[in-house]
Amino acid sequence: MPERAADASIEMVFREERGLLLAALVRRFGDLDLAEEVTSEAIEAALVRWPVDGVPPKPGAWLMTTARRKAVDRLRRDQAYAARLAVLQVEADRAAPAPSPDGELPDERLQLFFTCAHPALPAEDRTALTLRCLAGLTTPEVARAFLVPSATMGKRIVRAKNRIRMARIPFRVPDADELPGRLPGVLQVVYSIFTEGYAASSGPDLQRLDLAEEAIRLARILRRLLPAEREVAGLLALMLLVHARRDARTGRDGDLVLLDDQDRGRWDRAMIEEGAALVVAALTGGPPGLYGVQAAIAALHDEAPDVASTDWPQIVALYDVLRGLAPSPVVELNRAVAVAMRDGPAAGLALLDALSDEPRLREYSPFPAARGDLLSRLGRLTEAASAYRDALALAGTEPERAHLRRRLTECSTP
Amino acid sequence: MKYLMLINAALDADGAPTGCSTPEDWMLFDKSLKESGVYVAGNSLADFTTAAAVRVDERGERIVTDGPFAESREVLGGYFVVDVPDFDVALDWAARCPGARDGGSIVVRPLASYGD
Repeated sequence: MPERAADASIEMVFREERGLLLAALVRRFGDLDLAEEVTSEAIEAALVRWPVDGVPPKPGAWLMTTARRKAVDRLRRDQAYAARLAVLQVEADRAAPAPSPDGELPDERLQLFFTCAHPALPAEDRTALTLRCLAGLTTPEVARAFLVPSATMGKRIVRAKNRIRMARIPFRVPDADELPGRLPGVLQVVYSIFTEGYAASSGPDLQRLDLAEEAIRLARILRRLLPAEREVAGLLALMLLVHARRDARTGRDGDLVLLDDQDRGRWDRAMIEEGAALVVAALTGGPPGLYGVQAAIAALHDEAPDVASTDWPQIVALYDVLRGLAPSPVVELNRAVAVAMRDGPAAGLALLDALSDEPRLREYSPFPAARGDLLSRLGRLTEAASAYRDALALAGTEPERAHLRRRLTECSTP
Repeated sequence: MKYLMLINAALDADGAPTGCSTPEDWMLFDKSLKESGVYVAGNSLADFTTAAAVRVDERGERIVTDGPFAESREVLGGYFVVDVPDFDVALDWAARCPGARDGGSIVVRPLASYGD
């Protein structure tokens, strides 16, 4: 069925256009619901017309004209709705930029990023809205990403949009003095999409690459829109440097392969180079940021030919910077593992044992898993087995459990 | 669009508000609200120990109890209503309110408009 294949590729093209168009329409009409409705209608119209008439010379402008016409029709049919929007539109027009001379859409997506990631919205809604409005995912796709039924996700998105409308959460980019307070929220949404994709917290697959790739795509958009923000560069770098290892991270049966055991020949060199260049951008011209430092750590791993020759002293030093920026038990855990590589397993284990009362690590499977690893390297196999059993009870994904079971077997049959 | 700002003061172990803002801080805030034209209404509440709660049960009996705040770590100390273009502007005003400091918080709630 060649027609279906053509449709699918057109829809992929629209995924990018969708966010641009939606943002421009939100700017124009000040209403997310109306903008979504007419964006979908314009894309449907294009799917019907373009295969017959050919793709117009300025596809973006064609879509915008079509969507605007449909919005005006809708407002004509529904006068009460129009009256309510009129108030908003006066304010939107005041802030609207001049149309670009070539008739192409100005990129208005940045304001939509800030609306979708508004701190007054619950965290789950921020992620869902960002995937829906900016990544251009359909509601069933967003639902799959969250592992919830489509109807549930549909309701959540409607509720979030109502909240934006009723509280009148604005569509605007925060001023320069507010930006440092608001940008981390936007980056957090993108990073949470990535981490969910990279290490699915539950479900049969360890990685959901499509989500990780959506997050990288969103970060690329942000990077274009905010080229001077070093943490945007840092976030994109971090995700690229981690994602570069995706193929080596799962074995033939979908089982987890740890960094130590990965075939580094399968790492994506081009992606590592791109990420490493961004680390430089992220760490020059000001104090280091959270994502920039984490990206620098990932770059040191990616650039090392093997585990033994990794620059562990430098990694420990970067964790020292990181614990200064954002102290957390998880950072301490990772630092302890790096110290174990630098100074030997006993030194690392001493640091881990000092963390054993941390409530946030109590239900965190990497903590007992790391203890198990260091104990087994010290030859304390009975204790190692017990730590691996603790980790098994906490692990969320089947590949993670399979890996822990293998380690447990190794401890039990020396 | 109108927003209600509920000013909650944190209480210490003895039930006394922990805030250390001065009357001058509040007068300045009040003045800047009024001068920028966003002020609609506002009041501070008398000490919460003077509060009483009234309920009417299914038989129509009136039940009066003393303030419901005895177990609370926070107490409503006053409110403002502001009229501003959007939620972010309301949040900006809330952040400037002296009651947002020293463990207190301002809950910002849009007033319902039934014209929708």
